[in-house]
Amino acid sequence: MSNLFNSMIAWVDKRFPLTSNWKAHLSEYYAPKNFNFWYYFGSLALLVLVNQLITGIFLTMNYKPDASLAFSSVEYIMRDVEYGWLIRYMHSTGASMFFVVVYLHMFRGMMYGSYRKPRELLWLVGMGIFFILMSLAFTGYILPWGQMSYWGAQVIVSMFGAIPVVGDTLQQWLLGDFTLSDAALNRFFAYHVVTLPILLVVLVFVHILALHETGSNNPDGIEIKTNKNPKTGIPVDGIPFHPYYTVKDIVGVVVFLIVFCGIIFFAPEMGGYFLEYNNFIPANTLQTPDHIAPVWYFTPYYSMLRAVTVNFLGIDAKLWGVILMAGSVVIFCFLPWLDRSPVKSIRYKGPYFKVALTLFVISFFVLGWLGTKSPTPMYTLLAQIFTVIYFAFFILMPWYSKIDKVKPEPKRLMKE
Amino acid sequence: MADSFSISDRMSGRRKFLVAVTSVAGGVAGAAIATPFLLSMMPSERAKAAGAPVEVDISKLELGMLLMVEWRGRVVWVLKRTPEMLETLTKIEGELADPGSEKKQQPEYAQNRTRSIKPEILVVEGVCTHLGCSPVFRKDIAPADLGADWQGGFFCPCHGSKFDLAGRVYKSVPAPTNMVVPPHTYLSDNQLLIGSESEGAV
Repeated sequence: MSNLFNSMIAWVDKRFPLTSNWKAHLSEYYAPKNFNFWYYFGSLALLVLVNQLITGIFLTMNYKPDASLAFSSVEYIMRDVEYGWLIRYMHSTGASMFFVVVYLHMFRGMMYGSYRKPRELLWLVGMGIFFILMSLAFTGYILPWGQMSYWGAQVIVSMFGAIPVVGDTLQQWLLGDFTLSDAALNRFFAYHVVTLPILLVVLVFVHILALHETGSNNPDGIEIKTNKNPKTGIPVDGIPFHPYYTVKDIVGVVVFLIVFCGIIFFAPEMGGYFLEYNNFIPANTLQTPDHIAPVWYFTPYYSMLRAVTVNFLGIDAKLWGVILMAGSVVIFCFLPWLDRSPVKSIRYKGPYFKVALTLFVISFFVLGWLGTKSPTPMYTLLAQIFTVIYFAFFILMPWYSKIDKVKPEPKRLMKE
Repeated sequence: MADSFSISDRMSGRRKFLVAVTSVAGGVAGAAIATPFLLSMMPSERAKAAGAPVEVDISKLELGMLLMVEWRGRVVWVLKRTPEMLETLTKIEGELADPGSEKKQQPEYAQNRTRSIKPEILVVEGVCTHLGCSPVFRKDIAPADLGADWQGGFFCPCHGSKFDLAGRVYKSVPAPTNMVVPPHTYLSDNQLLIGSESEGAV
C-alpha cells in the first residue's frame, strides 16, 4: 500500500514540485522555537479567510444585488433558506473576527519589530492585505442595503468628493450615478465577490512567500538564521513548522472556533457592534438615522475623520478630516523606516517605546469608543487629543526610538 | 556563441530602439483598451436622463412644518418658517461661516438673508455639505445636547455639523459650506417646481 502511495508521489514529483514544496514550506521550513500566544493570529486569519470565501459563495446563491431586492433577499436568506441564517451569521461574524485577528497580528508585529529589516516588504504586503480587507468590509456592509449600508456608503463615497478639482467627477465615476443608487450597489457587489477576493488571495499568497523567504521573526527579535548548525545548515534555534507549529496552531483553531461559535449562536449581532440595529431597517434615501456609526473596526479612523473642525494651512476642515483618516491607516506602512531603535523586540527596547506603544493602544481604543458615540463638544475635544497622540506615536518614533535606553539582545533565543 | 555577448551588447543600436518602440506601442494599446472599461463606470445615459423637475403643492404646508421631497434621488426640504424663526436668522449671524452666502451654493435669486424666493419658504437640499448625510431638523430652542445658544436649525447626526434655519453652516464644524439651494420656481402661489427655474425648461 505504502509502495503504491510512494510511487504515486514519485509520479507527481516528476511532473510537479510537490514534495520539494511540502518540505520548503512545511516539514523543512524552520521557524524560531519560541513562538508564543501572539503567533496564533496569522494562521487564524487564514482560517477566517477560508470561512469568508466558502460562506460568501453560498450567500451569493440567494442574494440579489438590486436596490429594490437586496434587503428582502437578505431577509429571505435569514428566514426561508435552509440554514441560511447560519451561513450568513458565519459570514458576518467572520468579517468582525477577521479584523480582531488581523489587529492582533499587526500588534504582534509592532511589539516584536516584525516590520524591521529584512521584513519591510513582508510588512508592506501585509498592509496591502489590510487595505483590501477594509475595502471588502466596506463593500460587504453595503450589500444588505439597510439604513447603515446606505448612509455609511454615502459618507465614505462623499470623502472622494472632498478631493480638490477631480473630486466630483471621481465620485460620479465611483457611483455610476449622480447619487448613491442601484448602479453603485451593483458594482460594489462585483468588487466584493470578484475583484477584491481575488486580490486578497493573491496578496496572502505573496505574504506567505515573502515570509518564507526571510523566515519568521520571533518574540526576541533576533535572527535565527545567523546561528546555523554547521553540519546540517539548519538554524539551531529553529524547529520545523510541521509538525511543531501545525499542531500548536490547531490548538489555537480549537479555542478560536469555541469563541466564534459562541458568537454565532448566542450573540451574532454582538450588541449592535457586529451587526448594527439600524441596518435591519431598509435604506431610506430621504432620512439619515439619528445616530450613525460605522462597524467597530472602522470607528477609530471615523473618529479622526470628524475630529477636525477648523480650517488651517488653506485646507478646509472637511479635506483635513479625510487626509487624517487616510493618513491614520497609511502611516503604518512607514513603520519599518520610522523605527530607528538598535533592537527589534519590545523585550529589549527601553521605557520610551513601551510608554509610546501603550499610549498608542489607549488612543486606538478611546478613538474607537468615541467613534461609536454621537459627536458632542466634549467628545470632539477628546477625539482631537487622542488623534494627536495616535499620530505622535508614529511621527516622533524616529526620535524616541533612537534615544531610548535599550537592553542588549541575547545571542540565542531565550527560554519561555 | 550568442552566450558570450553581454546584455549591453545585445541591447545596443537597432534592438534597443525596437524594444523602446514596442514598449511604447504596448503602453498606448494598454491605455486604449483600458479607456472603454473606465468610461463604462461613468453614469449611464439612463442615469443622465433621470432627474426631471418635481412639482410640489405647498398649500397644506403649515407654519414651522418641514416637507420632504425626492428630487434626483436626494431629499429636498421645503420649510415654512415662522416669523420667530426668521428673526433668529439675523441673531446668530456672528456664529456662521458664510452668513452672506458668498460661496456659490445657491442660485442668484436665493442669495439673500433668507436664502429663498419667498422669505418664509426655504427650499434646500437636505444633504450635509460635509459627507452627504441628511441632517435632522431641530426646531427646539436650547436643547440639552446642542447647547443653550441653539436657536433652531439643522444638526447632522453623522459628524456634528450645524446649520441655521436658512441652511447656513456654523463656524467650527466639519461641513465647509452652506447647504445647497436647488434651482426652483413658483408656478403659482402654492405650486412649487423644484429642479428647474422656468416652466418650459423641463
